[in-house]
Amino acid sequence: MVTFIVRRLIATVFLLIVVSMITFAVFFLIPRLAGQNSYQLATQYVGRNPTRPAVLAIEQKLGLNEPIYVQYGRFLRGLIFGEHYNSGTSSNYCPPPCFGYSFRNQQPVWPLMVSSMPVTISLAAGAAIIWLTGGVAIGVVSALRRGTFFDRFSMGLALAGVSLPIFFTGLISLALFSYKWPIFPNVTYVGITSNPLLWARNLVLPWITLAFLYAALYARLTRAGMLETMSEDYIRTARAKGLPERTVIVRHGLRAALTPIVTIFGMDLGALLGGAVITEHTFSLQGLGQFTILAIDNQDLPEILGVTMLAAFFIIIANLVVDVLYAVVDPRVRH
Amino acid sequence: MAVRWGRARGGLNQQEAAGPEDAPGPQPSSMLEVRDLRIHFPTDDGLVKAVDGVSFALDRGRTLGIVGESGSGKSVTSLGIMGLHHGGKADIRGKIWLDGEELVSAPAARVRELRGSKMAMIFQDPLSSLHPYYTVGFQIAEAYLIHNKVGRKAAKAHAVDLLGRVGIPNPQTRVDDYPHQFSGGMRQRAMIAMALSCNPELLIADEPTTALDVTVQAQILELMADLQEEFGSAVIIITHDLGVVAELADDILVMYAGRMAEYGTSEDIFDRPGHPYAWGLLSSMPRFDRARTQRLIPIPGTPPSLINVPSGCPFHPRCPYAASLGGRCVTEVPLLRAVGPGHEAACHLPIDEQRRIWTDLVQTQLAPAASQADGEDA
Repeated sequence: MVTFIVRRLIATVFLLIVVSMITFAVFFLIPRLAGQNSYQLATQYVGRNPTRPAVLAIEQKLGLNEPIYVQYGRFLRGLIFGEHYNSGTSSNYCPPPCFGYSFRNQQPVWPLMVSSMPVTISLAAGAAIIWLTGGVAIGVVSALRRGTFFDRFSMGLALAGVSLPIFFTGLISLALFSYKWPIFPNVTYVGITSNPLLWARNLVLPWITLAFLYAALYARLTRAGMLETMSEDYIRTARAKGLPERTVIVRHGLRAALTPIVTIFGMDLGALLGGAVITEHTFSLQGLGQFTILAIDNQDLPEILGVTMLAAFFIIIANLVVDVLYAVVDPRVRH
Repeated sequence: MAVRWGRARGGLNQQEAAGPEDAPGPQPSSMLEVRDLRIHFPTDDGLVKAVDGVSFALDRGRTLGIVGESGSGKSVTSLGIMGLHHGGKADIRGKIWLDGEELVSAPAARVRELRGSKMAMIFQDPLSSLHPYYTVGFQIAEAYLIHNKVGRKAAKAHAVDLLGRVGIPNPQTRVDDYPHQFSGGMRQRAMIAMALSCNPELLIADEPTTALDVTVQAQILELMADLQEEFGSAVIIITHDLGVVAELADDILVMYAGRMAEYGTSEDIFDRPGHPYAWGLLSSMPRFDRARTQRLIPIPGTPPSLINVPSGCPFHPRCPYAASLGGRCVTEVPLLRAVGPGHEAACHLPIDEQRRIWTDLVQTQLAPAASQADGEDA
């Protein structure tokens, strides 16, 4: 098990390097292949009215005039050791892990991303708890009462949940519960450490909106999984042992049905940690999703590169966690 | 231990008190008695009469073989005894007495208490019948923990002990293995250990050797015979393989289309069977004492649908002797009647005629050095 994890961690590092190469190539090599020279590239970092000396200073500072592999080397070095951006007259230091320097914001990218992370993590984690418990519970009950009103109703609701986009359900929930009946009047992020109660209260609407979509997916998945496992031979064996029905359902049925759920849960959570773009935008929460939108709007390449790598990192780590969990959950994988 | 006995006895007292009120007909004298069991499933296509009027009795230390083709109702009967149709759509009628306690009308919770403790079951495919995510030891201990007030340690020690008794080498280490680490035969041994974990008085084995290699089959059958001697349980063995029955069973029940075709001792069925279906089964069984050049004689046709059971005798469309009785087999359902002491068959053929045909069959087809007898199909 330990060697398995270590092996996977080493593979993860290589995977991240490949991801960094690809994203780096996409944002720094392709413009060049498309015919832009380093001066034109540098112009983008300067502002609305670029002067020639300012552009040249930036060009030198970022090393844009150097060969692409040198630039990539600088980028990698910056990730681990930090980076000094020097133009002779002015110098900016970007401490490790340096994902680059955002010249729009006059700040290194990493702290900007770090400051957006609590919002995204709070949003994703809270919603995940709601959709996992809610979706699985509804799925199990639906499967056990197949064909009843509860089953039809919840599966209909699930269909709505899967079909309705977040910017629709989110805005409806805001209109109803924030304006018409102001139960959750203020949907702004408050740090969990400064006021946990307000933190939770303000996030209720985004949580539920985001969880609605995922809970619908998970309810359908759980239902299908439970229907399958409950007709397995080993369920009959469990009943033949005289186990109470609840033990049969939870210990023998749900346990087996949960394996695929665990897999996609890890992937979904990993993807969301990279930024719940639409939800954050709908509720104007300043998380990684909003950060990404702004970065793309402003064509701030270091920011885009940074957030891409961060998202990739979350997904790769989620994959690793899922694989490890899989081995924990399913003994057949272990041996 | 004391608590465990107290509980078991409490249960028995309850049923003794409730027994006489709701038991029409004579009280059961055997350990297991099934009387006129009917299990029907209403479906969209019609009523499936999976089991239609099955009665038998079984005592401790005895083995009953239930034989029949697929869909003859043998598995449904056994699941009915175990109460494993509860919660489904099955319509169950008739009486099942286990040690004097009636099970069909018993509350589901009571039947659940008996399942795994007083009656246990072994299933056909040991790989799919064992949970892939739990160790073999855990799955054996699980039943023991539910029915006895013991700790996890004691339950595990019990599981190790049982694994050793069913012939698994190094039970102390194998107890922590998962089912996929066991071979097919070992899995079935583990299933048997699981079934025996609470010393059941009734053990039902539903095609216990069908999914196994022939060599392993023999080992498992031998193990079951040994364990029956050791535990003294009553055993029902369900199979389509007459060879299995020949080896283990004291009594045999031949089922066809959910009904009893023939019921008697093992000698009755093998030496003087009275029902054409039983003749068919015996003729289609490979035997060492027959010439190798001789062909097996299959029963023509296929088992009937349980929704549209043929009128009269359900076997008449496939029966080579139905024509000789005019239309009687098509119109009149044959009742089970005695063809010998303790030997019953549901066939309209006169008993003398049955004997004559069987003797003929033995001479022409089943005799060791019989000359080629062709064209039984007529």
